[in-house]
Amino acid sequence: MSGTFTKSMARNIFYGGTVFSFLLFLALTFHTQNALPKRDNRAAITPGVTHGKKLWETNDCIGCHTLLGEGAYFAPELGNVYIRRGPDYIRAWIKAQPTGAHGRRQMPQFNFSETDLDDLIEFFKYTSEINTSHWPPNIEG
Amino acid sequence: MRYQSQAAAKPYFIAAIGLFIGQILFGLVMGLQYVVGDFLFPGIPFNIARMVHTNLLIVWLLFGFMGAAYYMVPEESEAELYSPKLAMVMFWVFLVAGALTVIGYLAVPYARLAQLSGNDVLQTMGREFLEQPLPTKAGIVVVALAFLFNITMTVLRGRKTAISSILLLGLWGLAIFFLFSFYNPTNLVLDKFYWWWVVHLWVEGVWELILGALLAFVLIKVTGVDREVIEKWLYVIITLTLVTGIIGTGHHYYWIGAPEYWQWWGSVFSALEPIPFFAMTVFAFNMVNRRRREHPNRVATLWALGTGVMSFLGAGVWGFLHTLAPVNFYTHGTQITAAHGHMAFYGAYVMVVLTIISYSMPILRGREANSRRAQVVEMWSFWLMTVSMVFITLFLTGAGILQVWLQRMSDTPLPFMVVQDKISIFYWMREWTGVIFFIGLVVYVASFFIKGDEKTA
Repeated sequence: MSGTFTKSMARNIFYGGTVFSFLLFLALTFHTQNALPKRDNRAAITPGVTHGKKLWETNDCIGCHTLLGEGAYFAPELGNVYIRRGPDYIRAWIKAQPTGAHGRRQMPQFNFSETDLDDLIEFFKYTSEINTSHWPPNIEG
Repeated sequence: MRYQSQAAAKPYFIAAIGLFIGQILFGLVMGLQYVVGDFLFPGIPFNIARMVHTNLLIVWLLFGFMGAAYYMVPEESEAELYSPKLAMVMFWVFLVAGALTVIGYLAVPYARLAQLSGNDVLQTMGREFLEQPLPTKAGIVVVALAFLFNITMTVLRGRKTAISSILLLGLWGLAIFFLFSFYNPTNLVLDKFYWWWVVHLWVEGVWELILGALLAFVLIKVTGVDREVIEKWLYVIITLTLVTGIIGTGHHYYWIGAPEYWQWWGSVFSALEPIPFFAMTVFAFNMVNRRRREHPNRVATLWALGTGVMSFLGAGVWGFLHTLAPVNFYTHGTQITAAHGHMAFYGAYVMVVLTIISYSMPILRGREANSRRAQVVEMWSFWLMTVSMVFITLFLTGAGILQVWLQRMSDTPLPFMVVQDKISIFYWMREWTGVIFFIGLVVYVASFFIKGDEKTA
């Protein structure tokens, strides 16, 4: 292959291949954008969900938990926590932190107001209703 | 050193190594928190330690890439750097911004940091790896633009080589895709979809161009093989990288709400992602076997070969292990992901930065290579760190397999924390191996201070 295959041929294949791949990726992205309204539960996005997501982010929850499988693997998956635990349990759990149990993993106390907790739970509910192609495999996340 | 301005690289490399030490220390803290849950709580909660661990990694690799560019580009372009002064100013800006960010993470609660740093103006914080406050993100953009200006002007003024073009393309791509970190819609699916345009298109896209350019540069230097040959194969490898890697982004779109056809696109293309890494390994060994000179810097060659092998194992093999959609359905977001992440980052990016440092630092210090004794010590650090990383990966993989089995595949799935308790032995072994990794890092740093009969450059 070394005799006839030159550097400039390799370069052209690189630029051609890259441009083609990126355009294909953009086309798929465009299609995805159009297909998402049927899957991403956007109708459920209320001001409460928006605020809930903000709380999720500004307390760096993703630094311990996963959400739809992405994040840290130190604490349970929360994409389906609304289904697994229900709103009352989630509220009580967050309020009761940290447990202070010796040697156990600890979740900080975030001092959320009742409205904050409502919004966070609404965010979890919205997330649990996104069409994730049946992931996670079971309720334990 | 052929060009005076290449000296701009030196502080970047020193800072990179300094931050690397910080990264590993916080890694050890997190590793211990996995088994002694309340360690350092509430002073340093796990999420803060993790943020410092991952952000330091990203920042020190960026320091390494920038240092590499400042070293390589004058030599490739056969011209002095456009502005060494700008390189120095940006070094301090980036270092101070990085330090302030880490202090911010550690000194105040994250929510307070968000409030203080203007997150309400544009909400970008609190997403994995992109936790930086808005001013830091803006600072990254400013530093990147100034750096790219400096490098691009140097390339435009001098000789244009394939290596410098590919390096530039990678670095520009890095800056451009980072802009997606400013896009954070409430719609979680869209948020996640474009979040990967930073994360995946960095590490499985443009960063690999940088990796290829760095590796090719060092191979030309240490083997003396004809540039035409090395650059040709570099093009072939990065073609394979981007053709598989760009559509391969789809392997992140299986379970986050995107359409199901991504399971096909993602599985097929990312199943091919090991090929470029395999090609890179074969390429590195081939070039070293065909070497036309015996470069006195043996340890740099070792790092270069190690990069090929370990990136193939970490990114290629461990990536493939869980990339097919039917497998990923069970492994997504488990310790399998953590295992892959550790070896891939170490094998590809940590090792390539250590390769260029190993090659160029002696020259920056006025000699072609370090003394035999110093090189032997550095080789010890190579093996200590690399073998530890292999075992860290194996232990996390063991933990991951059990986690998947007990929590995901079982007929009677167990809750997350119950499973974590059952697999804690693996976390203990990982932590002790992490200590050995840290010892390897200490040995690495020590190798810089070992004297001997050095040959002058």
